[in-house]
Amino acid sequence: MSELPPFIIFFVAALLVVATRGIVRSTILLAAPAIGGLHLWLNVDPGLIVSHSILSIDLIVMRTDKLSLLFGYLFCLASFIATIYAWHVKDSTQQLAGLIYAGAALGAVFAGDLITLFIFWELLALSSVFLIWARRTERAFNAGMRYLIFQVASGLLLLAGALLHYHNTGSLAFDHVGLEGLAAWLIFIAFGIKCAFPFLHSWLTDAYPEATATGTVFLSAFTTKVAVYALARGFSGEDILVYIGVTMACFPIFYAVIENDLRKVLAYSLINQLGFMVAGIGIGTALALNGVVAHAFSHVIYKGLLFMTMGAVLYRVGNINGSDLGGLYKSMPKTTALCIVGALSISAFPLFSGFISKSMVMTAMIEANFDYLWLLLLFASAGVFHHAGIKIPYFAFFAHDSGLRPQEAPTNMLIAMTIAAVICIFIGTQPQYLYALLPWEIDYWPYDASHVLAQLQLLFFSALAFVWLNQKGMYPPELHSTNLDVEWFYRKLLPRWVHATVSLLRTLSVSMTNTIRSQMVTIRHGFSQTFVAKYYLSESWPTGSMVFWVAIILASYLLVDMFG
Amino acid sequence: MSGLQGHLSLLLVVIPLIAAPIVAVLPRGRLPWAGALLVTAVCAVLAGMQLWSVVHDGVISYELGGWAPPWGIEYRIDAVNAFVALIVAGIAAVTLPYALLSVEQEIPEEQAPLFYASFLLCLCGLLGITQTGDIFNVFVFLEISSLSSYALVSLGRKRQALTSAYQYLVMGTIGATFFLIGVGLIYSQTGTLNIADLAERLPAVFDHKTVHTGFAFIVVGVALKLALFPLHLWLPNAYTYAPTVVTIFLAATATKVALYLMLRVLFTVFPNNFALGTPTFDLFVISGIAAILIASVYAIYQMDVKRLLAYSSVAQIGYMALGIGFASAMGVTAALLHLFNHALMKGALFMAVGAIIYRVGSCRMDNIHGLGRRMPWTFGAIIIGGLSLVGVPGTAGFISKWYLILAALEQQAWISVAVILAGSLLAVVYVGKMIEALYFKPASEANQSLKEAPLLLVIPTWILALSNLYFGLNTELTVGVAERAAEVLGATGL
Repeated sequence: MSELPPFIIFFVAALLVVATRGIVRSTILLAAPAIGGLHLWLNVDPGLIVSHSILSIDLIVMRTDKLSLLFGYLFCLASFIATIYAWHVKDSTQQLAGLIYAGAALGAVFAGDLITLFIFWELLALSSVFLIWARRTERAFNAGMRYLIFQVASGLLLLAGALLHYHNTGSLAFDHVGLEGLAAWLIFIAFGIKCAFPFLHSWLTDAYPEATATGTVFLSAFTTKVAVYALARGFSGEDILVYIGVTMACFPIFYAVIENDLRKVLAYSLINQLGFMVAGIGIGTALALNGVVAHAFSHVIYKGLLFMTMGAVLYRVGNINGSDLGGLYKSMPKTTALCIVGALSISAFPLFSGFISKSMVMTAMIEANFDYLWLLLLFASAGVFHHAGIKIPYFAFFAHDSGLRPQEAPTNMLIAMTIAAVICIFIGTQPQYLYALLPWEIDYWPYDASHVLAQLQLLFFSALAFVWLNQKGMYPPELHSTNLDVEWFYRKLLPRWVHATVSLLRTLSVSMTNTIRSQMVTIRHGFSQTFVAKYYLSESWPTGSMVFWVAIILASYLLVDMFG
Repeated sequence: MSGLQGHLSLLLVVIPLIAAPIVAVLPRGRLPWAGALLVTAVCAVLAGMQLWSVVHDGVISYELGGWAPPWGIEYRIDAVNAFVALIVAGIAAVTLPYALLSVEQEIPEEQAPLFYASFLLCLCGLLGITQTGDIFNVFVFLEISSLSSYALVSLGRKRQALTSAYQYLVMGTIGATFFLIGVGLIYSQTGTLNIADLAERLPAVFDHKTVHTGFAFIVVGVALKLALFPLHLWLPNAYTYAPTVVTIFLAATATKVALYLMLRVLFTVFPNNFALGTPTFDLFVISGIAAILIASVYAIYQMDVKRLLAYSSVAQIGYMALGIGFASAMGVTAALLHLFNHALMKGALFMAVGAIIYRVGSCRMDNIHGLGRRMPWTFGAIIIGGLSLVGVPGTAGFISKWYLILAALEQQAWISVAVILAGSLLAVVYVGKMIEALYFKPASEANQSLKEAPLLLVIPTWILALSNLYFGLNTELTVGVAERAAEVLGATGL
């Protein structure tokens, strides 16, 4: 029984979901992650290897160790919470897609070889895109299409890399790969796309805000975390990841600060949080990797919680623009409170889940002597507090009163959010239970004077800056961002600088798109005037031109054959 | 061998040939259809038995009329042609149950007997090409299948069907003539038409310019038939305007048989790697790459689903050409695999599109909005076929891609690897376009009340759709036969 891969449970449930309706279906949806999680928790031990011979090669469909098991628990838990949150949804597309998506994520983390990984990698893409398309708007369809192309490209690179790896080494096993040779780089870039590396990240911020209110909750949990898992297994200790991670932690802050769509703010902050994990993988010490896994765990829960609260607002109000909201705490007090718990967690307040995991990565960073990068991460931490910890709850629930008085979120949403909030606080106050599950033996305790004080200082100064700027009326939502260490130097300069950078970036991207587009139009227009286009590429070609090609091919063939 | 077994190979060709005129004179109604159905079913069974017997007992050599080769015509069946013959006969047998309703709707009643007669002639021609061991006989069957398929295409409902058929006729005739010129040239040097005999005598005259010229004519002629880019221009129109059943059948079989013929010529007729000394393989790689990229882009911009699939066919033929172009055993195996798998996916897709045409009367993108919800089974088959086109694991398409990439890696052909992957991405886009129109666009007023297509259309569609999944998981049969076929062709010596 212990050899049953958990994804099977999800896929069987998906079949049952097709055949059932109403309450039975909802129960099955909820039972799948519950049974899957219990199965993993009670039956499955580390060190298990289950292989099946498919495609005339042995595929290892399940390989467990403490690393994959922890991600397994996490995915079952996240899927359970998200399913409660989506209890009211009656759309079969979303229900099925969510179930298969979660199953694929589980399949991927337990995959013992690269081909199995690839199969679930593709399945992740194909199932999740329906959560975006399910919004059934033109915008969502196009965003979903772009998302799908990125994801499938990632899968194809992984396949090419895996085959090349097989060609070179004769092994398909998915263990430490290391960055050597073309095969490794192909796999690395494939993981990088899914992990939203800088310049490869646009699918995330593009598509996640376009998904349905409940779909984004699913999306935020799985895809990128599978990538983090894959990187941790395949490329831990690669220095380049530290730099990539720090970049990822820093650059989204600027975008997040000026963004108006609050779910997009969360999408940027998702990349920022991934940055901490990627940097930790790059450090590669036991403490760092434990930190990565712990941070992934707490991150999925609190980021899910934040997406859920924003989804509840979207569900009740119908839009999620910071400028149109405000004052919602009056009619949605419970959602407000839950959102604040999520905000405190992501900001890494002591006693909340973010604190006990992020501090591990930060400590590992110092221990590995990355001093400057450590400072950058500190800056990123402050940035998180501003755009996710303050901006999200402040503009949605407080700020100026928009006059909106929506109803409190539906009960099922409240239950799901409460579960997540309780987990956030539980992990934050009782970290020993999470630490016990971590893959490597460590002796680490976050609650010592230096950690707590440093973090509190950071946060209180950050909060102070916020309050003061707000009091002085110098807190225009588009400009706000601060780096605490140098805050009073750049009180005036930084906002301007940020603004200039961002508008420069925007102008650049707009002008680049325009140049390319106009070039394309010119080329296409010019081309359509040519002989070739008129005669060969039009809907129907004159027979003569077909014969022309035959003659060309035959003549050149003979010439090459005779003289070539 | 005795009794029926002994004459298997001949019966496969003769039964449809004799049945065709009989079907033509049958009274109107469902009788012609029933006759054709019976014939295709028998052929499929015979082709299955033939493959079984070849796999277990080795090559079958059948002397027509008792004349010993090389003077008489010989039917020579090995793993390759038995495999291709089974594809042709099998697809025909699945298409015919489907044909009843579709033909009743698209073809005037008085022409139906002629339609089925032409269909059987086409089947006879295609099977004949695979069966025969005589290269002039190949030409004869090529003409039988081509002439009947021109007639079949011209029966399409729209007036463009006539011009499309006319163009198809001109191009097909040029192809066949080139083939004949080439055969004539090598005959002048060797004095024989038997393929096995040619293979023995040709190496002695390999240096002659005449032989090289003959080879070039044959390759270009057959390339026209298999719609090798840029000689594919006749294909999109012919597939778009032909009656649905014809499109299904031709897309799944005609180009495949031409590809088989190409492999025979390249590896069996001209043995000892003669083709390596000619620009053939470069031609295949270049036009394969061009087909994958350009035809896929074309497919994305099509407004008619049938046309979209026709361009996608050109692109998929590009994959097969690329596989051959690698000039390795692995490459030829990949090409043969894709030949089989592509027949499955295109068959399923064109059948599903045909079911839509049956209900809506058109398959323009604007007319099929929201039909996915009204016709869930048809839509399901399109999804499976589409995933297979993209090459998603668990579908037959994945197996082809897998072997193609392996073959490309073996040659260190990095550009080809990139092209194969890019082709998959482009396929995502055009398959996505179909799914968008069918599922995510709101249904128009007229489409609101539509029902699922009749079972007689849905069941054959699903047989092919499910076989896409089956052969995506169980590869023993297909890969085994393809590898063996590559070996028989003589591609392993490369």
